[in-house]
Amino acid sequence: MQNALEIQGLRKTYRGGVEALKGIDLTVKEGDFFALLGPNGAGKSTTIGIIASLVNKSAGSVVIFADDMDKNLVKAKSHIGLVPQEFNFNQFETLLQIVCNQAGYYGVPRSVAIERAEKYLKQLDLWEKRNMPARTLSGGMKRRLMIARALMHEPKVLILDEPTAGVDIEIRRSMWTFLQEINRQGITIILTTHYLEEAEMLCRNIAIIDKGRIIENTSMKGLLSKLNVETFILDLPPNSVKPRLEGFDYRQLDDHTLEVDVPKATGLNGVFSQLSEQGVQVLSMRNKANRLEELFVRLVEDGRNQSIKDKEVQHG
Amino acid sequence: MANLQFIALKTLWRKECTRFLRIWVQTLVPPAITMSLYFVIFGSLIGSRIGEMGGFSYMEFIVPGLIMMSVITNAYANVSSSFFSAKFQRNVEELLVAPLSNWIIILGFVGGGVARALLVGLIVTLVSLFFVDIQIHHPLMLVTTLVLTSTLFAAAGLVNAVYAKTFDDISVIPTFVLTPLTYLGGVFYSLTLLPEFWQWVSKANPIVYMVNGFRYGFLGVSDVGIGTSIAVLLAFNLALFATAWHLINKGVGIRS
Repeated sequence: MQNALEIQGLRKTYRGGVEALKGIDLTVKEGDFFALLGPNGAGKSTTIGIIASLVNKSAGSVVIFADDMDKNLVKAKSHIGLVPQEFNFNQFETLLQIVCNQAGYYGVPRSVAIERAEKYLKQLDLWEKRNMPARTLSGGMKRRLMIARALMHEPKVLILDEPTAGVDIEIRRSMWTFLQEINRQGITIILTTHYLEEAEMLCRNIAIIDKGRIIENTSMKGLLSKLNVETFILDLPPNSVKPRLEGFDYRQLDDHTLEVDVPKATGLNGVFSQLSEQGVQVLSMRNKANRLEELFVRLVEDGRNQSIKDKEVQHG
Repeated sequence: MANLQFIALKTLWRKECTRFLRIWVQTLVPPAITMSLYFVIFGSLIGSRIGEMGGFSYMEFIVPGLIMMSVITNAYANVSSSFFSAKFQRNVEELLVAPLSNWIIILGFVGGGVARALLVGLIVTLVSLFFVDIQIHHPLMLVTTLVLTSTLFAAAGLVNAVYAKTFDDISVIPTFVLTPLTYLGGVFYSLTLLPEFWQWVSKANPIVYMVNGFRYGFLGVSDVGIGTSIAVLLAFNLALFATAWHLINKGVGIRS
């Protein structure tokens, strides 16, 4: 299986001196569902911009399905479908014009483009709106239109930059199902998102970028296994007896809510047996935060603390 | 690969034509109305008191210049507003991510501008038939001047749009440069009416060569040499296309 994307030593310094990427290396395998995560301003969009030819790189190389962007730009570009963060289609054109024109820019003949437009607009539930100007669509429909447009030349890699931002949960879930389906059909997907639940649910591999550097690059399973302690919130009946838990860190938030830190090795049985012994009933239970979210925050903080220490060493 | 580029060019050109045809009330109707007023006021009312110019009635004399004025304005306006809107709405990114060459982007936009300019030129010509019988002295010269002038100003509009950061920036050149140069470019008068010094100054205005070359195609008279007209058109085309290619290739105003 070949690599869908190989990035080496990628750097970007914007005019004015802002160093957005400080030499990143990244590999995405063919057929992968890959998450590129990072806080705002970390360098995700710059990375995607360079891969999509919207941003000029300062140094490094980008190879897409063995085609180097510096040596074979036309072929490298034809492998990629891009769903950008911002709506960037002509709001006055109809859906059919937008998707068929995009196919034409990739050399797809008009007759084939119209067939594909029907296929993708139907799959994304937009076919009924095909002759409407794009400005009349809702936010969720506009996001789906950008996915349809990106698929019109049948790319090998689909890059989605926050595709579900501002979309309600029902449409978001239908988009997830669609993306999982096209990934099963063989399209490599690279996703950036602020919804970490989305990344955890969809992606098999993950890279976390912060301040222009990759601070973690591993499988989703491998990353989640680093989480040693999970925090659970237990809902108790009102005016419950104040419980005591031996061997666990816990906090009583109010008379009917208990927050417990549970080490992975220990498990939850100990919590429940102690509560049962004390006659405390548990009505419901939930994770305090998304597991990936906890790790993400921790990794970014660790990375920043390390960089502060490095600076202190340099100056000391 | 050549087929890819050809389909991409056809797509972009069709998109550009669809755009100006969709807003025909803004793009095709105003030149017809404005030029009708020019024909009525300058041609019929004032022109009848002016008498002959260059051996022709004043109306016959100004028709080629007025057609050329519409062609210049529309070629420029089409590309500058279309490309700037594409930048503003960010749909220029649709072209930048696709595997089409920079030449295709330039030719697609310029082709759209030329199509609008020629269509407007045809409309104004048809309107002029209500006022004067048109004769064509040299069809090849007429077509050559028309096409080269359209491509020149379409490319100029593209260069303007690449640099433009606001909508004001795409109206500055037409208002403060193109309009004065066109009015002083021999549309309404023969250069021979001017004192020698001002004739010499006028010959530094490239639009003089376009208007006179085009007038030669219609009437067979020109204030400047025909060979010089073609040479000026070719030189400006070359310079503007090279500039446009350099800017698009570098990504000025469109790539970070």
